[in-house]
Amino acid sequence: MKEYQTITEISGPLVFVETDEPIGYDEMVEIETPSGETRRGQVLEAASDHVAIQVFEGTDGIDRDSSVRFLGETLKMPVTEDLLGRVLDGSGQPIDGGPDIVPDERHDIIGAAINPTAREYPEEFIQTGVSAIDGMNTLVRGQKLPIFSASGLPHNDLALQIARQATVPEEAADEDEEESEFAVVFGAMGITAEEANEFMDDFERTGALERSVVFMNLADDPAVERTITPRLVLTTAEYLAFEKDYHVLVILTDMTNYCEALREIGAAREEVPGRRGYPGYMYTDLAELYERAGRIDGRDGSVTQIPILTMPGDDETHPIPDLTGYITEGQIYIDRDLQSQGISPPINVLPSLSRLMDDGIGEGLTRADHADVSDQLYAAYAEGEDLRDLVNIVGREALSESDNKYLDFAERFETEFVDQGFTTDRDIDETLDIAWDLLSMLPRSELNRIGEDLLDEHYTGDEEQEPVEATAD
Amino acid sequence: MSQATQEQTVSDDGVIESVSGPVVTATDLQARMNDVVYVGEEGLMGEVIEIEGNITTIQVYEETSAVSPGEPVTNTGEPLTVDLGPGMLDTIYDGVQRPLDVLESQMGAFLDRGVDAPGIDLEKEWEFTPTVEVGEEVGPGDVVGTVDETISIEHKVLVPPDFEGGAVESVEDGSFTVTEAVVTLDSGEEVTMHQEWPVREARPTVEKQTPTTPLVSGQRILDGLFPLAKGGTAAIPGPFGSGKTVTQQSLAKFADADIVVYVGCGERGNEMTEVIDDFPELPDPQTGNPLMARTCLIANTSNMPVAARESCVYTGITIAEYYRDMGYDVALMADSTSRWAEAMREISSRLEEMPGEEGYPAYLAARLSAFYERAGYFENVNGTEGSVSVIGAVSPPGGDFSEPVTQNTLRIVKTFWALDADLAERRHFPAINWDESYSLYRSQLDPWFENEIAADWSETRQWAIDTLDEESELQEIVQLVGKDALPEDQQLTLEVARYLREAWLQQNAFHDVDRYCPPEKTYQILTAIKAFNDEAFEALDAGVPVDEITSIDAAPQLNRIATTPDEETEEFVTDLTEEIANQLQEQY
Ligand SMILES: Nc1ncnc2c1ncn2[C@@H]1O[C@H](COP(=O)(O)OP(=O)(O)OP(=O)(O)O)[C@@H](O)[C@H]1O
Ligand SMILES: [Mg+2]
Repeated sequence: MKEYQTITEISGPLVFVETDEPIGYDEMVEIETPSGETRRGQVLEAASDHVAIQVFEGTDGIDRDSSVRFLGETLKMPVTEDLLGRVLDGSGQPIDGGPDIVPDERHDIIGAAINPTAREYPEEFIQTGVSAIDGMNTLVRGQKLPIFSASGLPHNDLALQIARQATVPEEAADEDEEESEFAVVFGAMGITAEEANEFMDDFERTGALERSVVFMNLADDPAVERTITPRLVLTTAEYLAFEKDYHVLVILTDMTNYCEALREIGAAREEVPGRRGYPGYMYTDLAELYERAGRIDGRDGSVTQIPILTMPGDDETHPIPDLTGYITEGQIYIDRDLQSQGISPPINVLPSLSRLMDDGIGEGLTRADHADVSDQLYAAYAEGEDLRDLVNIVGREALSESDNKYLDFAERFETEFVDQGFTTDRDIDETLDIAWDLLSMLPRSELNRIGEDLLDEHYTGDEEQEPVEATAD
Repeated sequence: MSQATQEQTVSDDGVIESVSGPVVTATDLQARMNDVVYVGEEGLMGEVIEIEGNITTIQVYEETSAVSPGEPVTNTGEPLTVDLGPGMLDTIYDGVQRPLDVLESQMGAFLDRGVDAPGIDLEKEWEFTPTVEVGEEVGPGDVVGTVDETISIEHKVLVPPDFEGGAVESVEDGSFTVTEAVVTLDSGEEVTMHQEWPVREARPTVEKQTPTTPLVSGQRILDGLFPLAKGGTAAIPGPFGSGKTVTQQSLAKFADADIVVYVGCGERGNEMTEVIDDFPELPDPQTGNPLMARTCLIANTSNMPVAARESCVYTGITIAEYYRDMGYDVALMADSTSRWAEAMREISSRLEEMPGEEGYPAYLAARLSAFYERAGYFENVNGTEGSVSVIGAVSPPGGDFSEPVTQNTLRIVKTFWALDADLAERRHFPAINWDESYSLYRSQLDPWFENEIAADWSETRQWAIDTLDEESELQEIVQLVGKDALPEDQQLTLEVARYLREAWLQQNAFHDVDRYCPPEKTYQILTAIKAFNDEAFEALDAGVPVDEITSIDAAPQLNRIATTPDEETEEFVTDLTEEIANQLQEQY
């Protein structure tokens, strides 16, 4: 092992060291402070006579006399099925007082990209029991679907509700496939101790901890460590999914703290900053995390990701939500207005989206009317939302009868369809039936996104306006 | 990438000086700009992007973890090239033309590094049918024979553009691999079914011509309002989730090009998987054969190395040009050009170049225009005509079109399909904003539509544009006073415009019938709405109140034309138009 006492500069999270032999890019480093503490880090830049090291646990206490050891390998995560039920810190050390982890294998935390030809397209419906998601922004196995939230909103409650309620209904599951087990890998980055307790209490109360692996980097833990936490999480998830056949749900919170840590390192390296001071490579960096979701041909497990991020200043054009939205397969918006109206979960369906929905729903998967109903709900709710602005100006009386119906629809959509609380678990039939109940408030001729046969089957509203067949038959 | 000629003359090796992500510097390397080099013990592929004194800077197409200073760098002495020949269709490549299925069979489900593979199979035999005889004079670009590459495409074997040419001395007929000579010339040159071409250099042509044929897309708003020409250029900018990829995929599926090159540049893995799964199943509306038989895919997803993302658009367009040289109409989709630009920015910033606007390198505009310049309708070197149409998705940060990539692209391309977050949010798809979008090809393509589809094509379109324009003006008033405060004729215009939006402009890419709309049907739907308009205004003139006009039962049926099977459309429209007229006339 190579050991040096040649630190030339310490700057923020970075340490520069003179070396006289070649050190590999990304290689792991241990730094021992004069007081005997060990800090871990990683080579960010390798030149023939010096290296730049990013120190995970913070550089305080490191001085020129500290000794630097290069471990000759890149960062690895010890993986084993025994990780289930364990609580680790943000750099993968157990903090639950349990036994040492005896690894089965050690995996490089910088995951290799899945070859697109080896992927299996995700199309297995996951029922979350939340109508606004199942009905209109359906999640499927192997998808990456983030929650776009903001400070003070109940994104954690929603994440917990999903983790608790997620199931794959029998008809949606692959028939001849033996059911794989479900596991949660949870990565906390810079959340408060209070939030962490909320998660841990819920995991313990529901018995979910047994089938979970928890990585905790809290608000007062070193920021730079946050850049490796999600990689440890995903390496563990991939191992459980693709080698041990689990259906893994990964929850990462809060991605905003992760991005802040990236920015801090970028600034310390005096890099040319991109938009709003975040590194120009943040898109690539985030993609390297989010793309580690999916299914692989011939393997039974899957990695489904629900990253949570809080939008600084509720601004969705901020680089963190913006770049995330460009990589993930949709997003679920938590909305402050709905929250203040007491709607829970306060999901705003209009800007929300699940891009993998189309292939995951329909006859044999969910229900034949699902796609059309969802389309129509969107259109009708959008129409009602528009009219709300107008009502503020001209008053309800100035609106036509049909406009008034849309206003009522929007109201009931929020209070009956969306507002189900964090403990109600609705199956997909229930969700769609509520939808039909609401749609039947509107004249049948307005429901132009729904096929005639489906209307015949499900529409229960006023049939008076039924159109005369225009075709000559 | 080109591996066919591996017996490279190895020039002097260099030594790695430093490693920082995808950028590596080496000392003592004898190299020219853009030479391909192999980096480190594992031989990772890279390209020379800067030379300063004894220091050569290299962008590496693979992940560089654990690579250290002191390891060797070898120069191939050749620029980055692609292998051209039969076998590119029905294939999926990474950004440097490594076939992904070959990589999978060599290293499993995850992409490892240091593995190389030629762009086309060098062992496979193809049935070569000559089209020249001994004694015939052939020059650069001339066709010497054909190969049935796929069920849809006859591959033409061309004399490479950099050959001298001469009289045919001998010619073969039968099964050969791509490396065997099939024609020899008296100049001593041997023509094989394989050639190589440097990706950053456009293949030669005689001249660029003005395009006059549309690339019929089967998308109503495109064919109807903002048509693209064969050989034209188009940009689709839009915020995330607004429909860039769905539109690009619809074009790849239904546009009437002979060949489609689809470049997934820095986007999602699952989207490429979707294409790989769907295209072999879906029929090409022109030939009925599987779409894959005319398609070449290039997938360098967002988590694959950033330097290979920079090169993938060049790999794509070089392949497109090669098929153009055979006389084919090729359409290339690049999703997304912003990721390509960001790859440039990332490399540039590691080189510590002076940043331009928003950190992009100063040469951003030049690179974009050089790329789009390779599109066009051309007279080829061999006298045939062929085209390359380029459609680039743009992903502006925050959906703000004033950013450098969108702005520099708009300066070059002639068709602009502006995606709109508002429309997408209310599920109006394709979310193409009809006020902001434009096509500068419209007038040069009108004669084609007037001859092939309907004599009053442009007139009817103008009516639709005027009605939609009027609607947006009226909407501003409605926002203030409500619809009922408008005069009756304006209320009626709003109703007609609503049908234009819902029954004509909207098109569901996931509906089995609606996803592809032949231009005849695009016209039929439009004329049906216009017929409703004309009848309705007559009724209004005759004193029928607008509420009664708009509430006739038959009118909402206009929304159903789009999903009516193509062969039934004509009858449906005739009956519907009649029914609408009857119901309206009954009222007065
Ligand atoms: N023509 C269409 N018909 C039906 N749905 C559509 C259409 N276009 C877009 N959509 C819907 O919009 C979603 C997002 O579209 P798409 O993936 O093309 O967005 P994008 O602009 O490529 O986003 P990104 O920049 O993040 O890649 C699709 O998953 C689909 O649900
Ligand atoms: Mg896209």
